[in-house]
Amino acid sequence: MSQERFIDSLRDGISEEMRADPRVIIFGEDVAVGGAFGVTGGLADEFGDKRVINTPISEDTIMGMAVGASIAGKRPIVEIMFMDFMTLAMSQLVNHAAKLHFMSGGQLDVPMVVRVQQGAQGGWGSQHSQSLEAWFAHVPGLKVVAPGNAADAKLMIRAAIQDDSPVIFIEHRGLYFKTDPDDLPVNDIKGFHEARVVRQGSDVTIVSYSRMVADALVAAEMLGAKGISAEVIDLRSLVPIDMPTLIDSVQKTSRLLIAHEAVMQGGLGAEIAAQVQREAFDYLDAPIERVGAPFVPVPASLALEKEFVPDPAKIVAAVKRMFGRD
Amino acid sequence: MATALSNAALRAALYRMLLMRRAEEEVIDLATNHENEIRGHYHVYIGQESSGLGACLALGPDDYVWTTHRNHGHVIARGGEPGPVIAEVIGRTNGYNKGRGGTFHVIAKHLGILQTSGIVGGCVPMAVGAAFSIKTRKTDQVSLVFFGDGVLEEGAFHEAINMASLWKLPVIFMCENNSVPPEGREQGQYPSSSLAATQLIDVPNAMNIESHIVDGSDIRAVAPLLSDLVVRARNGEGPFFVESRLTRWPGNMGAFPELIGGPYQIGWVWDPSTADAALQSWLTDSDPIALFARALVEEGVMSKAEVEADDAKASAEAADAKAFALSGPIPEPESAMDYIFA
Repeated sequence: MSQERFIDSLRDGISEEMRADPRVIIFGEDVAVGGAFGVTGGLADEFGDKRVINTPISEDTIMGMAVGASIAGKRPIVEIMFMDFMTLAMSQLVNHAAKLHFMSGGQLDVPMVVRVQQGAQGGWGSQHSQSLEAWFAHVPGLKVVAPGNAADAKLMIRAAIQDDSPVIFIEHRGLYFKTDPDDLPVNDIKGFHEARVVRQGSDVTIVSYSRMVADALVAAEMLGAKGISAEVIDLRSLVPIDMPTLIDSVQKTSRLLIAHEAVMQGGLGAEIAAQVQREAFDYLDAPIERVGAPFVPVPASLALEKEFVPDPAKIVAAVKRMFGRD
Repeated sequence: MATALSNAALRAALYRMLLMRRAEEEVIDLATNHENEIRGHYHVYIGQESSGLGACLALGPDDYVWTTHRNHGHVIARGGEPGPVIAEVIGRTNGYNKGRGGTFHVIAKHLGILQTSGIVGGCVPMAVGAAFSIKTRKTDQVSLVFFGDGVLEEGAFHEAINMASLWKLPVIFMCENNSVPPEGREQGQYPSSSLAATQLIDVPNAMNIESHIVDGSDIRAVAPLLSDLVVRARNGEGPFFVESRLTRWPGNMGAFPELIGGPYQIGWVWDPSTADAALQSWLTDSDPIALFARALVEEGVMSKAEVEADDAKASAEAADAKAFALSGPIPEPESAMDYIFA
């Protein structure tokens, strides 16, 4: 349980690592004045402009500099303002950061973290709202994590900075200014890449991550009122995926629904569904369901955005389908 | 400038260039005369040895080097052994990258060669990032990145030189422009074919980066210029841009490298008219080894017999390197998933 807001908890985690290890530096646009949302606010005051470095608007080279600095003695954190801008940095990330350890036959490590925020929230439109985590989960050599609460923000950013592989650290801007619910079970987690069962249930497993975990919990309460006991799992790590925790749960509940904000087509839910049906087919009593955004660019109009973004009601409707109810 | 290197150093430099040339010939041999050793595309550094060696001679052991698809020569110029280079090219476990890099990506951390990218311009941002690391660690290292003239057409190049200049980083951008006819290698106006700028150096000059043009086929022009720039970069005067002008080896004109008229004959150096007609003007005006060897003989630094003896030794060393490579184990299939994460 954390009384801190997500953004403050995240900043605390970064500060603690920067104090502990002088090799940790931050590259990004406006990071010395807090970055786009204030995550790095105040860090330049404590650590100076040689460690919290404002860059030009040059995403590909920000990423490439971080790769170069990481194999030449630093542990860089890159801030990319919006997930949508990752498109500008893909060559350095995909062709170099992800592959250097492998291509060098283990000669080199690339200990860098790419912090990036995403989410359709508030009518920012098609170029500032996309959830593109599946792209990175498709690239061998990148770890991908997406904390869903303030306590994890600190735990996971510290683990990401300490990791010797490149880590894509996905923040949802709808979480930045939220605090954790008092009953969030955060103390039972053991590893960086371990999923967490955040609500026990017996009839259906709902797997989610990032902001959608909160929606899954709301949906679970709504389902409980209709006599369906839902277990909710916060995946936390998208690469690698903690399959044993998922399989254990599905063996108990015999039903699985994956919920994410990204468009459903080609999304992470498809991968999870494929792996679970292979590992636990005999335990399933219903086809695996997915909830995600429709296959359309994120709209700007708030009325359309509300239609686009998955919510608890859509999760409830999907679960009811699995039980043959409308 | 001619006295920048001792006679012994000049002879050692020619030997290294011959070794670079002969090792690349073995790569071509593996691609053309050995089934299934090199099945994909590959590139060789023949005809540019003076440029890579001249730059590497200026560096110290702790400096960083970044290179391209034409990396084999750079790695050997930097002091890499041709055996592990060729073994890497053919994907053996005794290659520098244990067979995970291949011809495009020979990496040798112990030589400071941190990345060899097949992405045009891919290493330029990384070289700048390493230079940033150097500057904040307050060491006197230099980060030198080799690339071709096409890199100036990539956006990442412009982003990266901007940051290097803004932050005055110890990085040397070594642009090997191998598209220049012999008459264009002399300093002066020479247009580039696919860049709107009149000259390549107009671009870094616009970013307030001190830029130089050098005849890349003349190691005794490249080495002293780079020695000076490396010292100045260590003193915080960087970054620098060098356009090293080279004339393309005729064997590099097609889709795959081709040894026109067979392996290089050292006799061609003394009499280019004995070579294939397609090579004669290149041997006369542009081949770095022919130009350097003739000059050393004319100046009395070496005799023709000594050049020929060194070439025979380099050829033997390259042949041994190929044998070392071919003797290397093929990676075990079950090791295919190694090295994904640190």
